[in-house]
Amino acid sequence: MSISLTLNGESVAIDASPDMPLLWAIRDVRKLTGTKFGCGVASCGACTVHVDGVAVRSCQTFLGDVEGAEVTTIEGLSGPVATAVQGAWKDLDVVQCGYCQSGQIMQAIDLLTTTPKPTDDDIDTAMDGNVCRCATYVRIRAAIHEASRRLEA
Amino acid sequence: MNVTLSRRSFLATGSAGVLVGLTARGSWAAAHMGGTVVNPFVRIDPDGTVVVILKHFEMGQGTSTGLSTLVAEELDADWDKVAIEFAPANTEIYINTLFGVQGTGGSTAIANSYEQYRKAGAAARAMMVAAAARLWGVEASTVSVANGTVTSGSNTATFDDLIGGADAADIPAEPTLKDPSAFTLIGRDKLARKDSADKTTGKAIFAMDVMPEGVVYAVLLRSPKFGGKLASFDATTASAMPGVVAVKETPAGVAVFADNTWNAMQARDAVEAEWDFTEAETRSTDAMEADYAAALEEEGMIAQNDGGTDEALAAAAKTIEAEFRFPFLAHAPMEPLNCVVQIKDGKVKIWDGTQFHTVTQGAVGAVSGVGPENVSIETVYAGGSFGRRANFNSDYEVEATFAAMALGTGQPVKLVWTREDDIRGGYYRPMCWHRVRAGVDANGKATAWHSSLANKSIFSGTPMAAMAVHDGVDDFSVEGVKDTAYALPGLRVDLRNMESAIPVLWWRSVGHSHSAYAMEVAMDMLAEAAGADPVEFRRGLLAEKPRHLGVLNLAAEKAGWGGDLPEGWGRGIAVHQSFNSYVAEVAEVSSQDGRIKLERIVAAVDVGTAVNPDVIRAQVEGAIGYGLSHAMRQKITFTDGEVDQSNFPDYPPLRIGDMPKIEVHIVSSTEPPTGIGEPGLPPAGPAVANAIYQAIGRRVMRLPMEDDGIEFA
Repeated sequence: MSISLTLNGESVAIDASPDMPLLWAIRDVRKLTGTKFGCGVASCGACTVHVDGVAVRSCQTFLGDVEGAEVTTIEGLSGPVATAVQGAWKDLDVVQCGYCQSGQIMQAIDLLTTTPKPTDDDIDTAMDGNVCRCATYVRIRAAIHEASRRLEA
Repeated sequence: MNVTLSRRSFLATGSAGVLVGLTARGSWAAAHMGGTVVNPFVRIDPDGTVVVILKHFEMGQGTSTGLSTLVAEELDADWDKVAIEFAPANTEIYINTLFGVQGTGGSTAIANSYEQYRKAGAAARAMMVAAAARLWGVEASTVSVANGTVTSGSNTATFDDLIGGADAADIPAEPTLKDPSAFTLIGRDKLARKDSADKTTGKAIFAMDVMPEGVVYAVLLRSPKFGGKLASFDATTASAMPGVVAVKETPAGVAVFADNTWNAMQARDAVEAEWDFTEAETRSTDAMEADYAAALEEEGMIAQNDGGTDEALAAAAKTIEAEFRFPFLAHAPMEPLNCVVQIKDGKVKIWDGTQFHTVTQGAVGAVSGVGPENVSIETVYAGGSFGRRANFNSDYEVEATFAAMALGTGQPVKLVWTREDDIRGGYYRPMCWHRVRAGVDANGKATAWHSSLANKSIFSGTPMAAMAVHDGVDDFSVEGVKDTAYALPGLRVDLRNMESAIPVLWWRSVGHSHSAYAMEVAMDMLAEAAGADPVEFRRGLLAEKPRHLGVLNLAAEKAGWGGDLPEGWGRGIAVHQSFNSYVAEVAEVSSQDGRIKLERIVAAVDVGTAVNPDVIRAQVEGAIGYGLSHAMRQKITFTDGEVDQSNFPDYPPLRIGDMPKIEVHIVSSTEPPTGIGEPGLPPAGPAVANAIYQAIGRRVMRLPMEDDGIEFA
């Protein structure tokens, strides 16, 4: 069975079961590896992608759910919010092991798209579902504030 | 480290770049790639890029930046033109001089590479200088190098201009290292991490991302109890499921092979297996705790005995007694364990974020029968490890090898652990109980300290036992106690080894992960018994330990120790030495409606020369967060030998809302650099516990704190 969707701006037909989690379609079928497998139960956020502009957990979003949708992964990011977030992340050296950071960045972009000037509480609420075992949280907060400042400038 | 340099130990080449380095043992380290002689640590490519070849893997601890800094400093390279590359598995060349194997751990990467990688950079610089002098017909003494530009008078060149004229014979027998006062990169407050760009764009490749042509995906069905063996299985249903390639028995369990990871996982759920639990651990946590309690009532093996402890305790004006209980812990790195193994033509190739190259080569070489010399490892980024990707058995690499052997097609086999496999997969930080009895005299002076521990040894029965186990006592079971820096008269430390089929392992900061908690909470109790301020009391016992005092005083000063706090807040301190580094942390917590919120942690660290201050700060921030995860909420428990937890919902990691504000202050030092991957962790839990006591008057003796009646906001 083939599911049609837009992936990073490109129309694709993915030949897999509609029950397959989007995560594995992206990774194993499409070989886009920036989106990570962390828990498989939507409890860590490492697999976060954008579906029609909204951050979702791709491990609990099924291929059949995104028929006709626009899916964006870290590889397909563009626009001022993404530029500000990724730039702040790099300049503040947020990453350690880096494995969760694609998901963190996808979630942070969603936050800043809806809330351009978030408070610490806004950040903690929005980013609560994204686990970082290296505990880079202090810098994630700082980088989101920094990206917000850059967007305002 | 004993590095001898000779002219012979440096190699160079012409057209395809210049390659410079030396081995740890000062011998030739040559390989031939495309007709070019390659040396181990530095390569200057034709475009002038300086490629630093990393003998240590990168699990987030910043080693790729650290080793690059050492080379770039002595080479006077342009930091923006320094690139990184992981070394292959080759113990002779890439040995960790503090371990005796190629491997990363114990916060040793910078300490064992400090001189070696600087000399490699200095040697490369000497070649560039000599090549420039020849090119321009000037004395080498007139040539200078700064930020990748070579200058003499009005002549200037960059490294790419000089490669053609470079000659290994120009390397002096002993390359001159800079005086630290001349450092421009080492110690620079902020030097961009070498791995940031690829990790913020999704381009960084982890083992999970390796999918070579023809790859087959595999998952493994393992015994639900440690020590269980496969008795029989039925894969009729699983074999007929979509995408399933094969289902095979292996010595590690039932391997399910499919055309993608998801199909393999789905099919595994359909395999029916029977297990033989004759030699398995079948106890529940309650029963284990009863065994630990009984053991603590018995005599232990002596780890340290200064004598007179019982008499001193009996004579003490005041005594304290506390029993600390620590659970098993899983490492739970973000990237679940996995690797890719291909067995073909009598050789094994592994793509892996491994911590222990030499051990993995040995283990895989043995089970596959090809021998370690025929096992090659392509090192990729590791998505966290915290110790888990290094163990004596190379468990997941051996599993993947068994799977590749069982499939027998010569295709690359990608064995993936799910998060459930990880949480239930063993190699835990051992469960440990630690009873402290201590006393002070009428003047408030400490007179006795007796630590009794019950713990499972990490090293006993392993190939490294001789190094770590003495008269039955595993140093790592009692580290941070028997070698305490406190001047404690009448110190006695005894140990009971607890047996179990549950595999245990070093977990970030190893024994210090629990010993610092017991020592530092009990020390606070003893200070209280002495009627002394916790900082003042520690100062008295550390009077002969300047570096401990240095961090203690700096943390106290920066945190405003003794200053006012809002109503309902508490402040606590802990200081601990581990991995030759010194760390003190002051925690502040608030209590609202009986719920505790972590507000701020101020850390002071002494790591000798601070090579990358910003990486050091990041490691301390991260180690505190990792430490708080287990102090607050995490535990592994058992029911009839089966692990109760399975994934992040019931093995809750620290989340962003839990994270306090953190300040890290670094003691200025010219001592040789020591480690920082682990030392930030041990003081975090006890500093918070001591702050909680100040806030609500409750001593937390059992971890996780949530099991001891603490609710977090």
